[in-house]
Amino acid sequence: MKITFSVIAGLLATSAVAQDNVLTVYTYDSFVTEWGPGPVVEAAFEETCDCDLRFEGAGDGAALLSRLQLEGPRTEADIVLGLDTNLTAAARETGLFAKHGISPDLDLPVDWTDDHFLPFDWGYFAFVGNAGDPAPDSLRELADSDLSIVIQDPRSSTPGLGLLMWIKTAYGEEAGTLWQDLSDNILTVTPGWSEAYGLFLEGESDAVLSYTTSPAYHLIAEEDESKVAWAFEEGHYMQVEVAGKVAGTDVPDLADRFLAFMLAEEFQSAIPTTNWMYPAVVPEGGLPDGFETLIEPARALLLSPEEAAAKRDAALEEWRAALAQ
Amino acid sequence: MARRPGSIAALFVLSLIAVPIGAVIWTAGGIAGLNAADWAAFRFTVWQALVSAALSVGLAIPVARALARRRFRGRSALITLLGAPFVLPVIVAVMGLLAIFGRSGLVNTVIGVLGLPPMTIYGPQGVILAHVFFNLPLAVRMLLHGWLAIPAERFRVAAQLGQPVGRLLEKSMLRRTVPGVLAVVFLVCTTSFAVALILGGGPRATTLELAIYQAVRFDFDLGGAATLALVQLGICVLAMAALLLTDVPDALGAGLDRTVDRWDGSTVRDAAVLGLAAMFLLLPLLAILQSGLTGLERMPVSVYAAAGRSILVALASMTLCMGLAIAIVTHGRTWPRIVATLPLSLTALVLGTGLFIVVFPMLRPSSVALPVTALMNALFALPFAVRILSAARDDAEAQFGRLADGLALKGWARMRLLILPRIRRPLGFAAGLAAALSMGDLGVITLFASGGQETLPLAMFRLMAAYQTEAAAGAAVLLVALSLGVFWLFDRGGRVGAGT
Repeated sequence: MKITFSVIAGLLATSAVAQDNVLTVYTYDSFVTEWGPGPVVEAAFEETCDCDLRFEGAGDGAALLSRLQLEGPRTEADIVLGLDTNLTAAARETGLFAKHGISPDLDLPVDWTDDHFLPFDWGYFAFVGNAGDPAPDSLRELADSDLSIVIQDPRSSTPGLGLLMWIKTAYGEEAGTLWQDLSDNILTVTPGWSEAYGLFLEGESDAVLSYTTSPAYHLIAEEDESKVAWAFEEGHYMQVEVAGKVAGTDVPDLADRFLAFMLAEEFQSAIPTTNWMYPAVVPEGGLPDGFETLIEPARALLLSPEEAAAKRDAALEEWRAALAQ
Repeated sequence: MARRPGSIAALFVLSLIAVPIGAVIWTAGGIAGLNAADWAAFRFTVWQALVSAALSVGLAIPVARALARRRFRGRSALITLLGAPFVLPVIVAVMGLLAIFGRSGLVNTVIGVLGLPPMTIYGPQGVILAHVFFNLPLAVRMLLHGWLAIPAERFRVAAQLGQPVGRLLEKSMLRRTVPGVLAVVFLVCTTSFAVALILGGGPRATTLELAIYQAVRFDFDLGGAATLALVQLGICVLAMAALLLTDVPDALGAGLDRTVDRWDGSTVRDAAVLGLAAMFLLLPLLAILQSGLTGLERMPVSVYAAAGRSILVALASMTLCMGLAIAIVTHGRTWPRIVATLPLSLTALVLGTGLFIVVFPMLRPSSVALPVTALMNALFALPFAVRILSAARDDAEAQFGRLADGLALKGWARMRLLILPRIRRPLGFAAGLAAALSMGDLGVITLFASGGQETLPLAMFRLMAAYQTEAAAGAAVLLVALSLGVFWLFDRGGRVGAGT
């Protein structure tokens, strides 16, 4: 009994005492795996900061936000890294984030004016198919074809929500019609990216909703040139992944230093071949070999966080109505 | 009869359910109403669960009968292997099913060679196919226990009288066993989420579980999530009430545990039934193994560490689960058993969220990730364990209880001399099931685990999310091997010397 008590007391002590040189960063799972940017970033930052950088993986972007909302102001997080612009309006509304106070010099296809969140990488959503197969030139052509695609559920996955916003932005009032025409192309809808991508790799569908950068993974990591992203005339919706400083952080200076470090060379150069996205600031040496083979959309589509939040529920209802028929 | 341990166990289980859900409702400031989409999800959930349960149990009856009346080499191994689908993580099983029934799967390849139009698994038929795949094995095993519980002496009487075994013995056994199995499978299917969505082909196949996921993750509508969780519990309570109404007493009486050598039925037909069932259940498993073997060597070392953690969690979870189950079953009354059934309809996301709310102010959630996972896995396996043990324990009491009373056999002595020997077979099965279910579970852990505490299913899922498809397939093979391994170990332990 005594032992149990001291163990519990020990656990309480380690969790309750916040050390002044520990920076806790909440992020999504795939960021912290050994293939993700996490290990590289941690080593590089710890070399310069004289601190202990701790990543805490919490599901995906949406799970990250709900985790923070659950914890509220008492959260141990100093930085939250991995939300996207579809989530930042809700994130800002929690009042848990502080302004970053940085005017960054970014290589984004869009202007960046958000004073709470800073982007660390970005990408274009795209359908990824097999090289040599027929590739449609637009969402419309895809909807009129008999190609099969796998998409993610916008109610449970960030890419799924991205497609919802893509079609809404490109088609406006006509979005519902496009979804109806697309419904016979949709082989199925999965809860998350992993399941959808797995189905595609198993040969279940002609294409899968992913990113224009996905073929770069196959090309660079597996020397496999068989995957291509379809370039669409309507333009491609962007995902901009951001980080923010938690207002209640007990190490505000360290958090500020991390945000500055996030846009610096060492962090940014790790992004392309670990997170398989475009870096927010292109490193001095440029992008890795292979990235030049990727398609470059003619138009970059992106709703502001406020617009995205305002349009989400109606767009979701349109999607559900079109696909439930 | 000592009732106290059973009451304590049941109250403990009840508090494990009520406290987290209460915490969610308290945080949300109340519960919410149901909107039209929620009702649509409710209807689809109940409909698909009814069809899936009816089909699973309907198909399980001939399979269980064939297994009960035939003796052949490899029968024991077949029984173990047939249990595999039930303990597989959903995404692994779905990938296995798709390798056989998918667009470019085995069946469509064969159909294509024959020049027939391809069949599609995506749609309600796919959801039901997958649920039958998952639950047929469970139904077979639960029914098989029913068959094995028919005393051999009754078969002799039937043989001497020249009476048909089916009408005389099996019908009454099924009348007693089937409703319970139906209820369990129905409830398992009501909490389906990924299977229903992936194979259901889109929002038409929205289940309550997905609505809960959306409420928690995308809308942060905890009140809505709690309401939906209560609806799920309501379904469970109604199903259990219906089950009580259909309860009939055992009319077969006690036996001397002889092995039955059956003479009835067509061997050819039984062989065909077993062959088909084995193909349906084992081909997807083979596909998983085949696609994962090359990935085994690509797995990082961390996967083995995760496997070690999973084994520890599974053993802890199994021990706790069996302790609770035995206490609840020997209580003898109905209410603890109904409480023990509730976890069937619980969603890991709401329960995990509630626990997170409770734990967070006191401890760093990631510091208790593994104990919480073991506790929750024990909770989720409890309904199966209690269901499996109840019938055996009640039979033992009904048949030998008066004798034990006459001998003043009480407490631990009664347990050791009467109950345990007579429930050994189901006990082994339940323990194996509890350990294996824990091994494959990917529920609460996702909310609590941080870097160093991932379990094997979580490690596998994270590999998938990092484009490491081959390594993930390798991890799936390891997971299948470990799940089946622990299942076999305990199940086998329960069957030593039992002649079956």
